[in-house]
Amino acid sequence: MHDLIAYTIFGLVTASIYAIAASGLVVTYTTSGVFNLAHGATGMFGAFVYWQLRFAWSWPAWLALLIVVGVLAPLFGCVIEKTLMRNLADATEATKLAVTIGVLVALVGAALWIWDPQTSRPFPAFYAGSKVEILGVPVTSDQLITVGIGVLCAVGLRVLLYRTRIGLDMRAVVDDRSLVLLNGGRPDRASMFSWALGSMLASLAGILIAPYLQLSVIPLTLLVVNAYAAAVIGRLRSLSMTVVGAVIIGLLQSYAVGYLPTSTVSWLQRLPDTIPIIVLFIALLVLPHQRLRGGASRRSREAFPLPTYRLALIGSAIVVVAAIVVGPLLGTQSLFSMSSGLALGIIGLSLVPLVGYGGQISLCQMTYAGIGAVVWAHATSRGNLLGLVLAFVVAALVGAITALPAIRLRGLYLALATAALAQFCDTFVFGLSSVTVFGHTIPLFGFGSLPASRPNFPLLREASDRTYFVLLAAIFCIVGIGIVALRRSRYGRMLLAMRESPAACAMLGLRLTTVKLGVFSLSAGIAGLGGALLAGLSTQFAPDAFSFFQNLPLLLLMMAGGVAMVSGAFFGAVALGVFSAVGSMSTLFNRAASVLPGLVGVGLGEQPNGVVADIAAGLAKLGRRGARRESAAPAVADAEPVWEWSGLDAPLNKQELAILDTALGVKAGV
Amino acid sequence: MNAPLIEFRDITVTFGGVTAVDKVSMSVVPGGIHGLIGPNGAGKSTLFIVACGLVRPRAGAVYLEGRDVTRMGPHRRARLRMARTFQQLELFGVLSVYDNIRTAAEIRRGWAHDHSDCGRDTDEVLERTGLREMADERADRLPTGLARLLEVARALVTKPRLLLLDEPAAGLNEQETLALSSLLQGLTDDGLGIVLVEHDMDLVMQICRVITVLNMGQVLKTGNPGEVRKDHAVIGAYLGSAEVSV
Ligand SMILES: Nc1ncnc2c1ncn2[C@@H]1O[C@H](COP(=O)(O)OP(=O)(O)O)[C@@H](O)[C@H]1O
Ligand SMILES: [Mg+2]
Repeated sequence: MHDLIAYTIFGLVTASIYAIAASGLVVTYTTSGVFNLAHGATGMFGAFVYWQLRFAWSWPAWLALLIVVGVLAPLFGCVIEKTLMRNLADATEATKLAVTIGVLVALVGAALWIWDPQTSRPFPAFYAGSKVEILGVPVTSDQLITVGIGVLCAVGLRVLLYRTRIGLDMRAVVDDRSLVLLNGGRPDRASMFSWALGSMLASLAGILIAPYLQLSVIPLTLLVVNAYAAAVIGRLRSLSMTVVGAVIIGLLQSYAVGYLPTSTVSWLQRLPDTIPIIVLFIALLVLPHQRLRGGASRRSREAFPLPTYRLALIGSAIVVVAAIVVGPLLGTQSLFSMSSGLALGIIGLSLVPLVGYGGQISLCQMTYAGIGAVVWAHATSRGNLLGLVLAFVVAALVGAITALPAIRLRGLYLALATAALAQFCDTFVFGLSSVTVFGHTIPLFGFGSLPASRPNFPLLREASDRTYFVLLAAIFCIVGIGIVALRRSRYGRMLLAMRESPAACAMLGLRLTTVKLGVFSLSAGIAGLGGALLAGLSTQFAPDAFSFFQNLPLLLLMMAGGVAMVSGAFFGAVALGVFSAVGSMSTLFNRAASVLPGLVGVGLGEQPNGVVADIAAGLAKLGRRGARRESAAPAVADAEPVWEWSGLDAPLNKQELAILDTALGVKAGV
Repeated sequence: MNAPLIEFRDITVTFGGVTAVDKVSMSVVPGGIHGLIGPNGAGKSTLFIVACGLVRPRAGAVYLEGRDVTRMGPHRRARLRMARTFQQLELFGVLSVYDNIRTAAEIRRGWAHDHSDCGRDTDEVLERTGLREMADERADRLPTGLARLLEVARALVTKPRLLLLDEPAAGLNEQETLALSSLLQGLTDDGLGIVLVEHDMDLVMQICRVITVLNMGQVLKTGNPGEVRKDHAVIGAYLGSAEVSV
């Protein structure tokens, strides 16, 4: 009994923090329509700044808190909203997410730059040490304070949204943005306010959780996954259900730590960390089917031409010849960097059919690559090419299975599920050295790393680094040509049709889930192949190379190149190689190289087509005067229907509409 | 006679607090054009999205040829040979006119499992709708009138028995409207049932066999063009609000 109470109290403490973070996420998303994956990173940055003020410069706690949560965080939110998010109103879901990922990567890069991760930074909780007793269980005052702040935030948000003018405005924007505009309201102000509020809540959550997690960049940034797991229970719009979700997750996690035999059963050790993700997947399973709807949120600026075989073959020849010529000129380190860029490029190619053609978003291609790499490492120690086939097949299967829960939902949920999956594999699966089923021990991911061989192609046994570099270039081209063929096929047209209008496709009798599942597993398979080749390059599988964070620069650079084009993926591959080569030259460059992809991602808001499309359009313009630039409709058009957004908890009622009307001096409710 | 092609029974749809469609019943028989008219916001498009399963009604049932499809997903209803066009265009913008139609034909062959030739089907529809000249144009570059025609063409290539058209003549000039009118009449001669939502009263009165008038989510009147034209309630609701909305 005593234990149960203790675990419950601790669970409520975590729950409060999750609730604060998740509410911030929901408020921003419902009001501005942008799902902020950088929410955790904002909290992380807030916690670091707080540490700097409070402990490095010894400011009093209240002042540091006031400056961070009350001044800097809302300022940051406003600046982000004004400079980046406001322009995204008619962007595709993929672009919106990519921009927030850019912010995430930039914040992480900046934090690692400013606060050397090697130094330890003690972060004591508020009034650490003093205790009170509740039901015979000693409770520290910081725990009480945390729960108190959590409750205050929940009540405060409720009052803000339902009792104040700006809250009314925010909920009205959610109901109908154009109506608010029409009536002289200011949706932009509400949107900016929601970003300020979101950052405040994020930084508060970051500061509160830092004492329990230690002050380190990655775990704090990944807090966003736990937060959106709670938010998904609230279907990303209900604040009260989000709080319920946070409580469920917090308690389950605490009980898992308390009651699972984590010290005796080795594979259970890290399971409690994954509770939020498991809850997320269960929540996804019970969410109702996606509602399709037509048009309105259309007209993006994405542009790309139909690829021709001729161009693809010429391009391939140039790439392979270039690899043969450049290879001998590169030093060992640069050769390795450029080779890994190419291998990553093959993984990046997997995004072309998925994101570029199909309009779906995945944040776990590196995870599928990791699975491919492990399969390859286990399947053959002598480079048998059948191992590559196996890597493709297994990764494709895993892709299909893991996409299943989210595939019938709209794109954003799929993206969130894939990010959660990536983190799940990071914290849990890739850490399993082996599992024992019915007495058979199946070796899995080894301790730290697994040896892997290089594929043995006919005539090219035991490829040297230079040969392997050319080989990677050739495989990149072959996969690229395959994707061009796909684009030109019936299936490619169908994918584009689905991206352009899911509603119309459904009304032609197309079963969207089947098509989505197909392209998702194809893409996972390609990633698995790339992963096997990447493992072959370094002759080992190391989980770090396939972590959640590796996905982010990959996606950003592929999108920057132009994710709807094979040549865009090639640009992304070269950029990744160059960044890594430059990064390995000195620590200063290394730090810059980690911020750079973030800045690239942030730029996507302005240039959603990617550079290659823009360069091609520019060349075309030079080539023939008056050539019109191809512009296409958006990737993911199935934005949530208006009525789905109706209020954070409930639509405006008559009385509130009347208040709004009188406040605006017009008749709005008709 | 057989069961009606589509039948709505006491359909009610609400969005948030707004009742968009309120206990509407209506049935459509094969081989004729059934007009569905009413002022903006009357609930015509909402009835369409209920018909094709994009939204579930709060109450009521939808029958396709006697079969209750209320809980059936959109793609399965489409496979019962129902097709539609959208008021807010839902074309495949990056694809050419030809590929728009051809992709639809290919999707159809994917579930119909027959041996029809997608290329020939596409050519036939191009011919019939007069879109042949635009075949290579990108869909998002078409002027509205032709884009609406393409919506019709794309629906036709799936060889439907029931066709729902949401304002296909909006943005068409006189000549194009005339062509559309004869196209639709030709289709009904082949036994197709059509539900036509349209604001062009001359067109509606001319080609519809039955007309249902909706207002504020409710059926105001059902009858042949002559009856509807004379009905005072219709004149009041329709013309009255039409003046406001223009
Ligand atoms: N997605 C939606 N969210 C909220 N209200 C809607 C939505 N779609 C339609 N409505 C409302 O339902 C009513 C009927 O709309 P609609 O069926 O589009 O009318 P019509 O096609 O006859 O012009 C209108 O009052 C409209 O405001
Ligand atoms: Mg309408």
